[in-house]
Amino acid sequence: MAQPSSCAQSSNGVADESPNMLVYRKMEDIIARMQDEKNGIPIRTVKSFLSKIPSVFSGSDIVQWMQKNLNIEDQVEALHLGTLMAAHGYFFPISDHVLTLKEDGTFYRFQTPYFWPSNCWEPENTDYAVYLCKRTMQNKARLELADYEAESLARLQRAFARKWEFIFMQAEAQAKVDKKRDKIERKILDSQERAFWDVHRPVPGCVNTTEADIKKSSRMKQPHKTRKIQHCQEQLDRHRLKMSKVAESLLSFAEQYLEYDPFFTTPEPSNPWISDDVTSWELEACKEAGQQRVKRWAFCFDEVMKDPVGREQFLKFLESEFSSENLRFWLAVQELKKRPIREVPTRVQEIWEEFLAPGAPSAINVDSRSYDKTTQNIKDPGRYAFQDAQEHIYKLMKSDSYSRFIRSSAYQELLQAKKKKSKNLF
Amino acid sequence: IAYLLTHPSSICAFLKMACQGLAKGETTNTLKAESESLKAKLEEERAKLHDVELHQVAEKIDALGQFVMKTRRTLKGHGNKVLCMDWCRDKRRIVSSSQDGKVIVWDAYTTNKEHAVTMPCTWVMACAYAPSGCAVACGGLDNKCSVYPLSLDKNENLAAKKKSVAMHTNYLSSCSFTNSDMQILTSSGDGTCALWDVESGQLLQSFHGHSADVLSLDLAPSETGNTFVSGGCDKKANVWDMRSGQNVQSFETHESDINNVKYYPSGDAFATGSDDATCRLYDLRADREVAIYSKDSIIFGASSVDFSLSGRLLFAGYNDYTINVWDVLKGTRVAILFGHENRVSTVRVSPDGTAFCSGSWDNTLRIWA
Repeated sequence: MAQPSSCAQSSNGVADESPNMLVYRKMEDIIARMQDEKNGIPIRTVKSFLSKIPSVFSGSDIVQWMQKNLNIEDQVEALHLGTLMAAHGYFFPISDHVLTLKEDGTFYRFQTPYFWPSNCWEPENTDYAVYLCKRTMQNKARLELADYEAESLARLQRAFARKWEFIFMQAEAQAKVDKKRDKIERKILDSQERAFWDVHRPVPGCVNTTEADIKKSSRMKQPHKTRKIQHCQEQLDRHRLKMSKVAESLLSFAEQYLEYDPFFTTPEPSNPWISDDVTSWELEACKEAGQQRVKRWAFCFDEVMKDPVGREQFLKFLESEFSSENLRFWLAVQELKKRPIREVPTRVQEIWEEFLAPGAPSAINVDSRSYDKTTQNIKDPGRYAFQDAQEHIYKLMKSDSYSRFIRSSAYQELLQAKKKKSKNLF
Repeated sequence: IAYLLTHPSSICAFLKMACQGLAKGETTNTLKAESESLKAKLEEERAKLHDVELHQVAEKIDALGQFVMKTRRTLKGHGNKVLCMDWCRDKRRIVSSSQDGKVIVWDAYTTNKEHAVTMPCTWVMACAYAPSGCAVACGGLDNKCSVYPLSLDKNENLAAKKKSVAMHTNYLSSCSFTNSDMQILTSSGDGTCALWDVESGQLLQSFHGHSADVLSLDLAPSETGNTFVSGGCDKKANVWDMRSGQNVQSFETHESDINNVKYYPSGDAFATGSDDATCRLYDLRADREVAIYSKDSIIFGASSVDFSLSGRLLFAGYNDYTINVWDVLKGTRVAILFGHENRVSTVRVSPDGTAFCSGSWDNTLRIWA
C-alpha cells in the first residue's frame, strides 16, 4: 500500500502551514462537525435486496445540513461547496467514480482520515498498478474495473513490464489480507480505497484537485532583516485621517462615479459586450467629447489631465491666458519619464533650455527652492531631475488655472453642448 | 511626560531621544523591546482615529439591487491552465498566458486569436499589455520578463524579436508597464520588486522589504503618482515610492499569503485577495484595514481581485472555481458567479469598465458583463 510522504511539519504546528493545508484544515473542521454524534449528519445502514449498505447518508442530507449549519442560504452554493469537498475526497458517492455531490437519494460515505489529503499523499504509479491489479483478483461485481481503469491497467502493464511479477505479488498479498476481513468492513474499506484513487487518479475529464500552484511549492524562507525601528518611527510621523472622514470620502467617490460605471449605468447607446454593437467605443474614440465626459473634468484636476481631449481643451484655455508654458513643461517632464534611459540626458538638457534656463523661450515660474534644486539636478541628469519643479507647477495649475478653466465660458459651452447622437457620426 | 505622550510627533521626538542613547552599544534585546513598543504605539495611534466602521457609515446608502452578470464570451485555445491576463487600452484586446508556455493575444470581442508565442519555459505566470498596444511582456519560471513587439504581419515569428528585460533570482510572479512602453515593473518569488528600462534592460530601481515571495503588484492610478503597492507570502502589503525605492507604508492583517493587490480607482485605497479566503480593503489616508470581505461558506483562497470603475464593486476570483462580487462599501456579497470548472486564477476589469475577464485552470477565459 502507498505510504503518505513526510509532510513539512514545522515545530510550532500551525504557524508555518502552507496555503493548501489551510483549506484542508477548514474542510476537516466541517467534516468533524458533520460527523458529530448530536448535531451531525445521521449515518445509517441501509437494507438493499439481500444485502446491507453500511455507513451511508444521502446527498440531500448533506445539502440540508450545510444550509443549516454553515449559514448558506442558496442551495446551489451548498451543492458547489459539497462537490468541492467530495472532489478533495472527504466524502464520496459509493456507486460512482465521479466525485460530485447530488441533492437526491444518492448514497455517500465519509473517507477515513488515513486517506485525507492533509496527509500529503503522493502515490506513485506502481502503487496504482498494485491497486488495479488487486481489483482484478477480487471476484465481486462491484469491484469490476471501469473502462478508463482497464485502460490505465493496460498502460501500466506495458510501462512496468519488467517488474510486473513483483507488482503482481504485492497485489496478491494485499488481496489475501483483504479476504480475511469482515464482510461489512471490507465493503467500507474497499469503497474508501477506491475514493482515494478517484482523487489521485481522477476519471478523465475530471479536475485533479491535488494539483498545486507551483508558486506555493517552493517558498523562500529567509526573512530579510528589515530596519524596523526607523521604519516604525517614520510611520508614527505620518498624518492620518479619521475613519469617519475616510469613509465619507470613499462613499462620495463611488457615488460621483456611479454614472460612469457600466455595471450601474448602461453606456450610450449600449454595452458592446452585451449588445454586440461597438458604437459606444466609436463615440469614445472621436475627438469631440460628449457632455458626460466633459462633466468629469470638473470632478478634480486629475480628470482633466488624464483625458487627452481634456488636456487639449485645457491647453487651449491656457494659451488664451498666455500661460500655456506651464502645462507644456508638465507634459514634457511626464514624457521624459517615459523615455528610454539612454535618451534622458539629452531630453533633460532640451527641457532645461526651453523652460528654465536664463532667457528660456517658454520660461516658467518656479519657487527659488525648486529652481536651485533643479539647477543641481541637471548636472547629473536623471528621470527625476525636474521632480520638484514639476510638483510646484502642478500645484500652481491645480490651485490657479484649473479653477478658472472650469469657470471659463469655453468650458461652460462644452458642458452645455447637446449630447452627441450616434447618427451624427455617419 | 503626559503632555509628550498625547501628541504623535512628540512621541516620536521622545523616542528619538531615547534612540540616541541606544546607539551607544545597547543589546539586541533592548532594540527588540524598543521595536515592539514602537509597534504598539503605532497601533495605538492608528486605533485613536478608528471612530467608526466603513460599513456603518455605508448604512445610509441604498443597498445594491440584483445584478445580471453573464458570460458574454468564452475564449478557448489554451492547452493548459490560464495563469494571467491583461487588457489592451483599446478595451477589447487581451493577452493571456498559460502553464504550457503559450502566450496568446486575442480580440476578445470577436474571440479571434491574433498572435501566439511559445515561451521556452512552462508556467508563464505573468503577462502584460504595453500602453501603446504594440507589445506584450511575459515571464514566469524562467525568472525573466521578456518583451515581444506585436507585428501587424501575422506570419512573422514573434519569438525572434523577443527582448529580455528583467532578471530575477526566482520566478516572475507579476509584471506591469508603467505609463510607458519603456519601463516595466516586476515582482518575483525572490522577494523583491524592480523597475527596468526596457530598451537597455538596465535596472532602474529595486524594492526590498518583503521577507518572502512577492506575488503581485499594482501601480497607483494617478497621473502624478509615483507609487505602487505589492503583496506577498509574508502576508504583508507594502506601498512603495518608485523614485526612492522606499517602503512608505505597510499593512499586515491577513492570515496567509496575499495573492493579489489592486488599487481602488481613486488611488486612496487598495484591495487584497488572500489564501485566508478573505479580501480586504486598506485605506492609505487612514493607514489601516477598513473592510473585510468574507463568508463562512467561502473557505478557499481568493486568487485575484479588481474593482469596477466607480469602486463600488469588487470582483474576486477564488480557488473554489467561483467569482464573488462584493459591495465594497457595505461589505456584503452581491453575487456569486459559477461557470469555470477549475480554479479562477485571474480577474481583470476592462479599461472602460464595461466588462471583466476571468482566466482559469480550466484552460479558458471568460468575459462577463
